[in-house]
Amino acid sequence: MSYDAAIIGAGHNGLVAACYLARAGLKVVVVEKNDWIGGAAVSRELHPGFTYSNCSYVCSLFRPEIMRDLELPKYGLQVLPYEGGAVFTRDGGYLAIFRDHDANRREFARYSPRDAEAYDRYSRDIMRHCRFIRPLLMRTPPDPATFRPRDLAELAWLGRKVGEMSESQICDMIRFWTMSISDFLDEYFESPVIKAYLAVSAIIGTALGPMSPGSAYVLLHHYMGDVDGNVGAWGFARGGMGAITQALTASLRASGGEVRTGKGVEQVLVRNGRAVGLRLDGGEEIVAKRVLSNMDVKRTFLKHVDRDELPPDFTRRVERFKTRGSSGKLNIALDAAPHFPALPEGAPMLKGDLHFTDSVERMERAYDDWKAGRFSRDPFQDTMMPTMIDPTMAPPGKHFMSCFIQYAPPKIDGRDWTDADRDAFGQTVIDQIAEYSPGFKDRVLHAEIRTPRELEAEVGLTEGNIFQGELTFDQLLFNRPVPGYAQYKTPIRDLWLCGSSAHPGGGVMGAPGRNAAAEILRDTRASTEMREAYAVV
Amino acid sequence: MKDLRHHFETPLRTTAFHDRVAAANVLNEWAPWAGYTTATVLEDAETEYTAIRNTASLYDLCPMIKYRITGPDAVDYLNRLTLRDVARLPVDAVHYTAWCDDHGKLLDDGTLFRLGEAEFLLCCQERHLPWLADSTLGFDVAIRDATDEIAGLSLQGPCTAAVLTEAGFDVSALKPFRIARYPFKGGTLTISRTGFTGDLGYELWIEPGLALPLWDRLMEAGGYCGIRPVGSAALNLARIEAGFITTNADFVPADQAVREDRVRSPYEMALDWMIDFGKGHFNGRRALLKEHDTQSSEWAFVALDIEGNVAADHAILYDGRDREIGQVTSAAWSPVTKSSIALAHMRRPYDTRAKGGIWAEIYALRELHYVKLMMKAEIVARPFFAPPRRRATPPGRF
Amino acid sequence: MQSFDAIVIGGGTNGMACAARLTKGGKRVLVLDAADRPGGAAVGGDPASGALQMPLAHLLMMLDPRVHAGMDLDQHGFSYAATDLTTTALSATGDHLVLEGPAGASVSGSLSDADRAAWATLRKRLLTYAEALVPFRALTPPRIARKAGNDMLGLAKIGLGLRRLGREEFREFLRLFLINVADFLEDDLTDDRLRGVLAFDAVLGSWLGPRSPNSLLVYLNRLAGEAAGTRAALALPKGGMGTVADAMARSTAASGVTLQSGARVERILIEDDRATGVVLTSGETYRAPTIVSAAGPKQTLLDLVGARHLDTGFVRRTRNIRSRGGAAKLHLALTARPDFRGADLATRLMIAPDINTVENAFNATKYGEVPERPVMEIVIPTAHEGTGTDDPHLLSAIVQFAPHDPRDGLDKARKQMLANTLNVLEDHAPGIGGLISERELLMPQDIEARYGMAGGNWHHGELSVEQMLFLRPFADVAQYSTPIAGLWLASAGSHPGGGISGAAGWNAAERILSGVAA
Repeated sequence: MSYDAAIIGAGHNGLVAACYLARAGLKVVVVEKNDWIGGAAVSRELHPGFTYSNCSYVCSLFRPEIMRDLELPKYGLQVLPYEGGAVFTRDGGYLAIFRDHDANRREFARYSPRDAEAYDRYSRDIMRHCRFIRPLLMRTPPDPATFRPRDLAELAWLGRKVGEMSESQICDMIRFWTMSISDFLDEYFESPVIKAYLAVSAIIGTALGPMSPGSAYVLLHHYMGDVDGNVGAWGFARGGMGAITQALTASLRASGGEVRTGKGVEQVLVRNGRAVGLRLDGGEEIVAKRVLSNMDVKRTFLKHVDRDELPPDFTRRVERFKTRGSSGKLNIALDAAPHFPALPEGAPMLKGDLHFTDSVERMERAYDDWKAGRFSRDPFQDTMMPTMIDPTMAPPGKHFMSCFIQYAPPKIDGRDWTDADRDAFGQTVIDQIAEYSPGFKDRVLHAEIRTPRELEAEVGLTEGNIFQGELTFDQLLFNRPVPGYAQYKTPIRDLWLCGSSAHPGGGVMGAPGRNAAAEILRDTRASTEMREAYAVV
Repeated sequence: MKDLRHHFETPLRTTAFHDRVAAANVLNEWAPWAGYTTATVLEDAETEYTAIRNTASLYDLCPMIKYRITGPDAVDYLNRLTLRDVARLPVDAVHYTAWCDDHGKLLDDGTLFRLGEAEFLLCCQERHLPWLADSTLGFDVAIRDATDEIAGLSLQGPCTAAVLTEAGFDVSALKPFRIARYPFKGGTLTISRTGFTGDLGYELWIEPGLALPLWDRLMEAGGYCGIRPVGSAALNLARIEAGFITTNADFVPADQAVREDRVRSPYEMALDWMIDFGKGHFNGRRALLKEHDTQSSEWAFVALDIEGNVAADHAILYDGRDREIGQVTSAAWSPVTKSSIALAHMRRPYDTRAKGGIWAEIYALRELHYVKLMMKAEIVARPFFAPPRRRATPPGRF
Repeated sequence: MQSFDAIVIGGGTNGMACAARLTKGGKRVLVLDAADRPGGAAVGGDPASGALQMPLAHLLMMLDPRVHAGMDLDQHGFSYAATDLTTTALSATGDHLVLEGPAGASVSGSLSDADRAAWATLRKRLLTYAEALVPFRALTPPRIARKAGNDMLGLAKIGLGLRRLGREEFREFLRLFLINVADFLEDDLTDDRLRGVLAFDAVLGSWLGPRSPNSLLVYLNRLAGEAAGTRAALALPKGGMGTVADAMARSTAASGVTLQSGARVERILIEDDRATGVVLTSGETYRAPTIVSAAGPKQTLLDLVGARHLDTGFVRRTRNIRSRGGAAKLHLALTARPDFRGADLATRLMIAPDINTVENAFNATKYGEVPERPVMEIVIPTAHEGTGTDDPHLLSAIVQFAPHDPRDGLDKARKQMLANTLNVLEDHAPGIGGLISERELLMPQDIEARYGMAGGNWHHGELSVEQMLFLRPFADVAQYSTPIAGLWLASAGSHPGGGISGAAGWNAAERILSGVAA
């Protein structure tokens, strides 16, 4: 069997790349080691009657232009916006988040009337930074170290974008990119709980604390998304995150692409410096004119490519690419909605994200644990029950709860996680929820606990890093994943990266897959058919 | 006050006059205003407008943001904050003012009430607590959001002085932009001769508990001339005729603008008459002085008289047929001047030199289809309508 | 009364450097210093502290060569007691690592060959990058705006310098630019002592831990300094740091500058939106058309000028200058020579056993707490002056990290900090506790009180990426001028920061003399 393109990994980015290539007329196959499709965007029935989004759990970053291009709504994808949210405080109170601007202002004013109004200027400033960075997501980063016309043109384009801003705005932007979210928030707010709520997006998925410089940028990374034009808004995929990859699969099949599950890739076949296909576990070979890897850069090159085929400097840099995982996940089936006595009866806050960390300091202390090689004793969690909004994921009256946890290191005290570590980690999280929700433990029907170890073993994310690589400046833009190889190309001709290890990085965004496909189509200008397809992209 | 945590159950709050406004609002048409409900039209916008220009009208002003500023340095503080010289504002007087950021771009405009030597009330459209609070460094002054503490009611129209006299409040000696106080049911009614209609009119300020009795007293006193509660639609029409600007309709506050080119300086909003360079330092002074000295204003704010009878809301303006030179911000068919009037941003120097003439591109929705009209426009003086009765003291009976 | 062209507020390194440069440019300059003896952080504090009148700074590594030469310091009594100081990475077991030459050119001690080779490569890379950044130090930070009167030639040279690194090294520079120093070191080195001492050097005087992103750039900035003509070297003046200050004072006096000590400026006179003079706490008024403040930017703008002369947004940005001091200063008088398990005392002694210890010490500071095991840089000035074994010795140490705003109050924190510091010292120099005759520990708040440095930060504002170059102290005033005509900034709070350098003062003076309006 011979293909125009073989893609390793049926995660969202692999499928996005496959869809674009298939639509451009290429004969495409996606190879997935698991028996199910989706990578880290999956819906799985791990307890009878309950659908778990057991890896990624919210949808906002996924680019609407991709949804439209690939007709995902037609194949069943529906995104439902959050309706609220809350941060529980240690003193038995809470800060709620509302969609309504005035309700939100009054809520913030319960903690600080000044902060309530400062929030508007804060949102404006964040929006300004988002407006600059969003167009960069869907573009291949230029290589500032070459004098190739395309790179120079792209740099000039960037220069013009910057030039459109005023001097003070540019300076604000540079400060913002290099600051810690804690320092940044201090410039606007005084209330610890408000700052704790706003700092959340700056740490999710990263190996940074809220006091780490550079964390403010990460906030932007999470705010660049939108739900129907509401920038920074978050939503649930109806039916769980698997709805995204299921729709992608349907879209792919409709364009003639194939997905093969249950057998992983053992080796990328390289001949004369070119990728020519794949050898699957068990020895079967797939011949392909080009190979795309949705695996992270470390897994791709350190485990599935013959080292001799790679320039040593490249391998050295790949080895140094930072993929330290920082998060874990609990997926819980609940017999009934948990009761939070702090909340007023009938409060809408449960229809969104729940947090139990009421100060930036507690978040930072949780991070200190991670740095010391242990999971946080007082973890930060981003917890929600999609079933509060989505009726499809659990039997009526019952709920699926997704708890995203930080911090969990890739190794405990330098050694691998054990089952006992994992269970202790899970217990810490459940205890924390139970502090605010008496009787919570009795409502738990089933809990799946996932540490970086499980994320690596099942999803294939090296060290359990959900972004396939940390989001610090040394690994962003033209540095991602490796300087000189930030344009989805690799040292091996016809072997491409299309996962989150490549620009613009992680989150269920689809941009790396789409950008990689665009680069490939640009690279194969030979046929007219492809030129047309390129126009589609 | 009930449990503050339950505020979300009523995301839009009602004002102190709500019971009366609701009873009068037979169309049940409401809109949000700064977190409160406000009536857009109660019965018929045209009739309501007519009351403003013909007899007397009542408009619920409660949602207007009010900051109380007190302390020994209040005058110095406000002089640093705003464009005009506050030292020249006498006690019991009001002036219309505006304030800027460091770059000399407008943050808001509003009315400043001097209630005592060291006591002021600043009324405006948007919220500014962080800016006002951060401006206090180095000044002995306290700032408090007093929006909920004071119920405001606008009484506007040619008969309003007579209505107030009938209600027991003799305002015959009250000059424009002055304040007087009257006992009312054990409280104090503060009346300022101010308004947003360009007509004779007053604004009444009372503690919320006395709001409804005040309303009733005025409705009773004005019954003889057909006093009428009005909604924001009628008021907006009157304010455009009067040439007044509204924040976020005619300009975007500098601290809210996402797009950097949307902000405007006082020169660009024709508010430069307020700037008092001689009073010492104030926010934006250096930037404004530079703008003045280098003539670097990019925009002009103009009043337009447009041919035809279609309101030119958000029309794009052209020099000739193809060079874009501006945008209409507020527009209306003016019943009292019988013309299509508009307020607009116009790129300089086209406000003085539009060689091909000024044209407005207007889209009129006619039976499901937009009809595109290119209409000739002419820059005219503001206000469009300025009856002498608005300033007469003592005021006339009608 | 004598009339002046310029008044410089503050007679520290930057104030004097600025005055000297202005005088060279033909200006009549008055320097007003609040202390009894000029020199700022280069001179000792309270005479009441007896033998312990030790200055805040204890090594020279950033002294600007323009200042050194331009002020003829060598003619005014300045000389080195030691140049190209060796660094000893102390081990609690006596297995010390000795780094000789600038930035550890050669390492002796038990170090693996692999680490030796790796360090040679890293060091070369670091110094190459640092060298490329050197020209920045003598430059007024550029403005981002077009037609802003930037020194385009100077900038082009720097840009070219960076591109001359070659494609791969340029790429590597762009990657490492904002990386954290811990990752940088851990990627290539395995030895804890070496990594610890380098990590600590990177974050000395900053409010960053080695795992904080951007920390490598702070290290590069430090390596861009020089002493006695050698890049990235450390030196000790003969007679102690105070002699730098004294030489500067003599030089300024000789050049005709009027230097007045004990003159504390209460406020800057502003008339018709121009700075026209200063008023002292004593009530005296001095007038001049140019006022230069070598006091920190926060103090200058908020206290000496006052918010009412400034715009609210500007005041916000001034208050947002982050100036957290993370270092305490320990001064000990010892009755005899201490023994750091055989280490050569005439070297810079570093207690920073590994990266995590440095990081953990920083962790505590984030919450206003005192670290259990602080790390420190120790200088024993007497050991460089040939003091004998049984003679009294002095010990000066920068101890990190110390909270700038201790949660439990200053006194309690100081006491605990001292106890923890002495514990660590005792582990490395057994018996040192018994030699102590006098002791003094300055917490960041003490440093603020004594030297007027906001938050006790040596640089009058953290030296961190978001407060560097054209963002130092913040964008509006990064070119030394202020919105008040005639008022200039020249402290370490301005580019390129402090460290007994004089560069900021010198740069400010050149900017003033260039005729650009403030």
